[in-house]
Amino acid sequence: MVLYLAKRLLEMIPTLLGITLISFFIIHLAPGKPTDILTELNPKITPEARERLEKIYGLDKPVIVQYGLWLKRIVRLDFGESFSTDRRPVMEKIWDRKQPLLDRRLFITFMLNLLSMVIIFLVAIPIGITSATHQNTLYDRITTTGVFIGFAMPSFWLALLLMMLFGVYLDLLPISGLKSMNYDSLSVAGRIWDRLSHLILPVFVSSFGGLAGLSRYMRSNMLEVIRQDYVTVARAKGLPENEVIYRHAFRNALLPIITLLGLSVPGLIGGSVIFENIFGIPGMGQLFYMSVMTRDYTMIMGILTIGAILTLLGNLLADLGYMLADPRIRTK
Amino acid sequence: MKNGKLRNLFWKRFRQNRLAVAGGIIVVGLFLIAVLAPFLSPYSPNDIDRKHILEPPSLAHPFGTDDLGRDILSRMIYGSGISLSVGFVAVGIATAIGMVLGAVSGYYGGWPDRIIMRFIDIMLSIPTFFLILAVIAFVDPGIWSIGGLPVWLKKILQRIPFIDPSIMNIMVVIGLTSWMGVARLVRAEFLSLKEREYVLAAKALGASDLRIIFRHIMINSLAPVLVSAILGIAGAVLVESALSFLGIGVQPPAPSWGNILELGKNNIEIAWWLSVFPGLAILITVLGYNLLGEGIRDSIDPRLWETERH
Repeated sequence: MVLYLAKRLLEMIPTLLGITLISFFIIHLAPGKPTDILTELNPKITPEARERLEKIYGLDKPVIVQYGLWLKRIVRLDFGESFSTDRRPVMEKIWDRKQPLLDRRLFITFMLNLLSMVIIFLVAIPIGITSATHQNTLYDRITTTGVFIGFAMPSFWLALLLMMLFGVYLDLLPISGLKSMNYDSLSVAGRIWDRLSHLILPVFVSSFGGLAGLSRYMRSNMLEVIRQDYVTVARAKGLPENEVIYRHAFRNALLPIITLLGLSVPGLIGGSVIFENIFGIPGMGQLFYMSVMTRDYTMIMGILTIGAILTLLGNLLADLGYMLADPRIRTK
Repeated sequence: MKNGKLRNLFWKRFRQNRLAVAGGIIVVGLFLIAVLAPFLSPYSPNDIDRKHILEPPSLAHPFGTDDLGRDILSRMIYGSGISLSVGFVAVGIATAIGMVLGAVSGYYGGWPDRIIMRFIDIMLSIPTFFLILAVIAFVDPGIWSIGGLPVWLKKILQRIPFIDPSIMNIMVVIGLTSWMGVARLVRAEFLSLKEREYVLAAKALGASDLRIIFRHIMINSLAPVLVSAILGIAGAVLVESALSFLGIGVQPPAPSWGNILELGKNNIEIAWWLSVFPGLAILITVLGYNLLGEGIRDSIDPRLWETERH
């Protein structure tokens, strides 16, 4: 088992290298030099100053050397300085040690995604199981229709509609940010509710799409498993239906789901660009969007790499979960 | 079984699936709307009318007007052409790349396979939306219009109304970041088909690799590729509208469902019609393609025919 894990970890290294190579390549598709963004805003800049700037960023060297230098720095998680006006280190903008944990961008994005994943898991699996055990009933048809609509629903449109309904017309929930302006003057209970009420809409929206996919997948897995011989045997020996479904069938139908959860990580992280932007959440997705708009190239490279590392970690966790759940892999 | 008989069986199965037929009707209807846009839309999509700004739906403007007094219905009708052309071209690019890489990978195996599979893993590990945004940020839209595309493709694209560099950019970027699924699918088909006796027979007769790949194996893996392409169009329409909604997709004044929704967000407190109608159009379009794709998949899968005969 340790060997298997070590092998998986080793396999991640070339993938990681490839990711950095692609990130680097994309940035160099841009016409001109990254420093143009800095010099464009300052028409009075002299050619000498320009050259000096290029030297600082190593842009006077061949691309391969630049890649090597960049790689050497990111191994130490040093992504350089942001190109935006504040000039702060990229890492500090993503993970600001001076701020409380709850306000760090990476933590916010991570927690939101984790929360959505837990909700997807908790809601989709029961739906999938029950619609499989009640195949072709009204309930099954309703959930199947819901799934089709869920697949087709643009998440940002759902967000807009909910913001309109709950934020504007009913005025029940806040629609922007993670806490209110008067947060610091609230009591402890007030603060907790304030945080929670800001989370309801974003978490609902970001888990909605995944809900459809996972419950559909769970349903078809379950349908397949129920038809297996060992389930018939369990029934034949007189076990109550609940025990057959939840002890014998459920566990085996759950296995492929673990892989699916791992695979859904890049989609969730990527999706955070959309809903963090809509709901004004100060996470990594929002930062990425702002960096794209200002062509802040060190920032973009940094976030691309970190997003990919998170994805790989998600896959690794899924592998681990799979191993814990499936004795056949464990004993290998 | 003869070809004609198989086709009849397919149609019979397809017609029985009411949802799939509904999907097909939606898809054909959208296509007609896009093609007939100049005749269907009551106004020109870019007619600015300063006297009728942000008006709610009325008889004159069934879906209301936007912040420049433009008719939303007309903009949505023209927007359908843009959404669909983005969907088709992006999926065309993705399918072409996926088929070539999948075929090479599955047919030759060995180190080409290992390299291509690793490349797919890498592409899948970068959050898709991050990748798309990064490419859009750094690729100058001009390169597609100057010389990035083959002439014949450019000629076709120029015939579609309102194609500007921002739209070309979106098409290519979505295409370049969504081929991985097709590649895996085609690879799997090749792995299972290349050991079949008819392929071995063709080899024994001295057929070239290219001939075997295209004439014998690719032909037989087209059905699942078609299904994934139809589902891919739905995905591309969703991505395009999300990008346009974020303001980095189709650029105004070119109309797109996504960029009308962006206006909806900016006017969320006063103009619900800007948010409701375009989103509904996206939902229906994606639903249509999904239903059609899944319907075709069910109708061509012989395993599903068997189960029903019992």
